[in-house]
Amino acid sequence: MTGVDTERSAAATVAGQRLALLRRPERPVHLLVTVVLVLFALFALPSLMSLYYTGYMTLVAIYSIVTLGLGLLVGRVGLYSLGQGAILQIGAWTAARLLFATAQPFPIVIIEAGLVTMLIGGLIALPAIRLRGLYLALITLMLAGAFTVVLATVNFPNGGGGFTGYNGQQSHIPPIRRPSFAGTDAAYYRFAVVVAVIMFILVYAHLRTRPGRAWAAIRQSEPAALAAGINITFYKLWAWGLAAFITGVAGGVLAGRDVYLYSINFTTQDSIILLAVALMGGVYSLWGAVIAALLMQLLPAFLQNLGLSYAWLYILFGIGVLQVLTTAPAGLVDQFPKDMKKLGGLIMKLVRHA
Amino acid sequence: MLEITDLTVRYGGVTSLDGMSLTFEKGTCGLIGPNGAGKTTFFNVLSGFVRPASGAVRAFGADLLTMAHYRRARWGLRRTFQTEQAIEELSVYDNVAMISSSLRGGARRADALAAIEFVGGGLSPLAKVGTLGAGQRRLVEVARAVAGQPRLILLDEPAAGLPDSETAHLASVIRGIPEHTGALTVLVDHDMSLVSAVCETTAVLDFGRLIASGPTAAVLRDEHVMRAYLGTAEVL
Repeated sequence: MTGVDTERSAAATVAGQRLALLRRPERPVHLLVTVVLVLFALFALPSLMSLYYTGYMTLVAIYSIVTLGLGLLVGRVGLYSLGQGAILQIGAWTAARLLFATAQPFPIVIIEAGLVTMLIGGLIALPAIRLRGLYLALITLMLAGAFTVVLATVNFPNGGGGFTGYNGQQSHIPPIRRPSFAGTDAAYYRFAVVVAVIMFILVYAHLRTRPGRAWAAIRQSEPAALAAGINITFYKLWAWGLAAFITGVAGGVLAGRDVYLYSINFTTQDSIILLAVALMGGVYSLWGAVIAALLMQLLPAFLQNLGLSYAWLYILFGIGVLQVLTTAPAGLVDQFPKDMKKLGGLIMKLVRHA
Repeated sequence: MLEITDLTVRYGGVTSLDGMSLTFEKGTCGLIGPNGAGKTTFFNVLSGFVRPASGAVRAFGADLLTMAHYRRARWGLRRTFQTEQAIEELSVYDNVAMISSSLRGGARRADALAAIEFVGGGLSPLAKVGTLGAGQRRLVEVARAVAGQPRLILLDEPAAGLPDSETAHLASVIRGIPEHTGALTVLVDHDMSLVSAVCETTAVLDFGRLIASGPTAAVLRDEHVMRAYLGTAEVL
């Protein structure tokens, strides 16, 4: 018995050493770059941007949370949702209603909006999660369509009475309030970035621990996941709930950004565009979500600034998705550095020949 | 102890297991038979992927068939697959630590690392499985199977497609499983040298029926077994 015990304790020491190895950050350079970029976005960018771009960069921060949730579903678990636009609207609606109805602090309200959205999203997911691929995409697209119709009927709250909080007036409607510490556009942009960073950390923490392992196993092989004791329905529901929560929070931030919400600004098409840009950005990487949000919100702003119609983007996105599906499954975030390297090599070759 | 009573599985008109009754006592037991004999079907019944038409399975006093399939891992059931199913995008450590068990926190981590240590083969816990070769991926699967205090380990052709040197290492690992974990191990393989090197007892399936069982050496010499594998003299 003592022999076994000594062996065990020796094994435990080795295990302790290995554990120290495991706790070291995996890629310190990446971490450093991320921190620098976040600090730049928070402190340097607002003073460099015009009011026009500050508004759009706020949208980028908000939509990066939405595409993060969608990327989680598509890339990590293999659930194709075409209804994330509707989920975002549920979050925005809930937050707006709560902001008019209560005097709670803004951060509390957006967390509540996230939780309500998670609940509603979870109810939708219970039947939907049993479907796969095309069928799930169709069901969620119909959800998005249905929600657009519902919104057109009940409208976003504008400070009126009753459950919907809509009073039908077109003028003199009170604005949706912003947090007391982030009233100006620049301050609100910073607030949106901070919320986005927190959401990214939340998702990252999930990916690095047990749910992340379970999702990776489910995506590669459901039999292997089952044999390892992973409850597939539960973990799919978890992924769906997490995506709905962060999207709901994003909806809350969107309500404060827009100040006046109109149902006409939200279309079913948004949900489809969301999936397109998420795929183009790259669904296997967290950075892909940021690129997707830049594509969806900053690119139209650029075009508009140049006086071009942003309808061109729909053609561009269509081509982009085709390209991703045929040649670059990991999206721009993976493909762009490779292409740049190739281009660099080509230029070097030309220079040497000349 | 694993007791199987009158187990029958039908896929449409095909009877894959036909009233199989068998007891595995302890240690490492072999289960062999020609292709289509029902070996993998038997494993799939134990894993909960296939619902049998009739029969009972009792393992160490528990009724396996009434347990939800994802709960069986927590109970102590482990299996590896014919086509290796290590999760490519995770590290070796994460692949092993994902097994559901009653261990928590530090004990769980130490157990996962001990399992990686046990299978050897120069596996680094931090290596991504996608970068490993076929032999090492098999070892990752075996490490997952011995982690988290297993009671019953099912190995489905672990040596399939491996070169001889790696099969030899795998054999020594499998031989060490009962002592390392105390679990009952059932090995399905076509490699008779592996089966005779590793298993004290062996059972033989043919067309879903048990045709022989007992000490491995005796079973492999059995006339019925030879006939099942090689055919009869008249056919030749």
